[in-house]
Amino acid sequence: MIESRNLKKSFGEKQVLQGVDLTIPTAESLVIIGQSGCGKSVFLKHLVGLLDPDEGEVYVDGDRISNAVRADVYRIRMKFGVLFQSAALFDSMTVMDNVSLGLIEHTDMSRSEITKRVAACLEMVSLPGTEKLKPSELSGGMRKRVGLARAIAMKPKYILYDEPTTGLDPITADSINDLIISLNEELDVTTIVVTHDMVSAFKIADRIVMLHEGKVVFTGTPAETKSTKLGIVRRFIEGESEDQSVVTHY
Amino acid sequence: MARSGSIEGVLLGPIYLLGRRFVEFVAEFGRFGMMMGRVVSEVGDIFRRRDLFFRECVRLGTDSLPLVLVVGVFAGAVSGWQLSYQMEGYLPRDLLGPGVFKSIVLEMGPVLTGLVIAGRVAASIAAEIGTMRVTEQIDALESMAISSTRYLAVPRIAAMTIMMPILVVQANFIALMGAWFVTTMFLSFTTAQFWGLVPNFFHVYDIISGLLKSCFFGMSSAMIGCYVGFDASGGAEGVGTATIKAFVWSSIALLVLDYILAMILF
Ligand SMILES: Nc1ncnc2c1ncn2[C@@H]1O[C@H](COP(=O)(O)OP(=O)(O)O)[C@@H](O)[C@H]1O
Ligand SMILES: [Mg+2]
Repeated sequence: MIESRNLKKSFGEKQVLQGVDLTIPTAESLVIIGQSGCGKSVFLKHLVGLLDPDEGEVYVDGDRISNAVRADVYRIRMKFGVLFQSAALFDSMTVMDNVSLGLIEHTDMSRSEITKRVAACLEMVSLPGTEKLKPSELSGGMRKRVGLARAIAMKPKYILYDEPTTGLDPITADSINDLIISLNEELDVTTIVVTHDMVSAFKIADRIVMLHEGKVVFTGTPAETKSTKLGIVRRFIEGESEDQSVVTHY
Repeated sequence: MARSGSIEGVLLGPIYLLGRRFVEFVAEFGRFGMMMGRVVSEVGDIFRRRDLFFRECVRLGTDSLPLVLVVGVFAGAVSGWQLSYQMEGYLPRDLLGPGVFKSIVLEMGPVLTGLVIAGRVAASIAAEIGTMRVTEQIDALESMAISSTRYLAVPRIAAMTIMMPILVVQANFIALMGAWFVTTMFLSFTTAQFWGLVPNFFHVYDIISGLLKSCFFGMSSAMIGCYVGFDASGGAEGVGTATIKAFVWSSIALLVLDYILAMILF
């Protein structure tokens, strides 16, 4: 279980998170929606301790990760696998080296065991046999898949996805959605997905929460989300801007 | 804070700005110190991941060799030529060899090699780590519970500390050859005149202090490259800024260090 209590974070004058309260039970598949720039990535980074809050705490299975000492942060992070928005593959390394890095650093598995685990992870993301390729040789969708293979290599308990389908064509995006669902079921993990892709959100989620102006403004099942009367959520789902002052990020 | 429109604003604005810049500079120094503290606490890792360390030795050190040799040969040739001009009519000709030898071993070798390498190494480290920062690769590394300083900074800094003196020895050797070649070829010195008195003026301490200096130069340029790279933000433009900053700061740091070490060593 992950708990975020009254999380606040500012960058300079800009208040990004203004008291986020959210409890994510184990094995849930949670989707966080919200406009670009509303702090979704910032929130995710707090969950793994990549950012520390100005106020509030994050607990992972009862252990505080926010503002904790480095040894504790690293110990807790072992429970996470993160797929970053840009996939964030190490571009000087092959696919094999990318996926195996965590295993090399944190386990004393033999070379052949590692090779086997990497092959299994690549199989799981439908990219078998790509070990020798460099990230620059992969398409956008393939990069996300390799990023995902890397995220699951250490058998994490929690997988965080930052906009897994953004920038992909609808068909590739849908295959990533299927992948997220099947990993959630097969590996028995807790899934937290940040996205502004509503098709993806409705497909993946057990529960959808909306982040707006630094707070959670809505929580509900996909069905509840579809039928809600709440203006902010409605506008977001239907893709209407509130007024001209809404800046379109990419 | 003063409003920019008002009289106080106009008068005090620059002072506030200066004050803020100063505070930022001090804060930056603090962050640099903290990062280096982390690096020191993790330095033992080069024994565990020797592969990373050796790769950086080759990439940052060995691959710099052609550059170092070009610098060495011309620096040596110039110092031979100049010293002979300066000594003409005042000092006996056979003092030229020892003079060139001392200036190369003590100062020219470490400092010129250092400056060239500081530029190359600090800029390339900053560009590489900066790119990893702005493309979330450092976050990815950290999210895998791998310390980014341990994985990226430690091998680079350790490699440069070890490789710099080795490069300097080679630069020194080539520079001496350059000086000898120029003075015997164009200035009618004989080989015996050039080398004759060198052994009499040879002090092991000179060589050692030159090499010690170069250890510090190598370490500081890699440290600055790493720090600036980790600190980069804001896409490709941020990486460009970081690269320039690393180049400038590593060169300045080198000259300041040279002065401080000169006071300590001599
Ligand atoms: N490291 C940082 N430094 C300063 N500002 C940041 C940083 N990270 C994010 N921000 C700002 O916080 C806001 C939220 O960003 P982000 O979480 O990336 O939005 P999104 O919801 O699109 O993922 C943005 O306005 C961004 O400019
Ligand atoms: Mg984002």
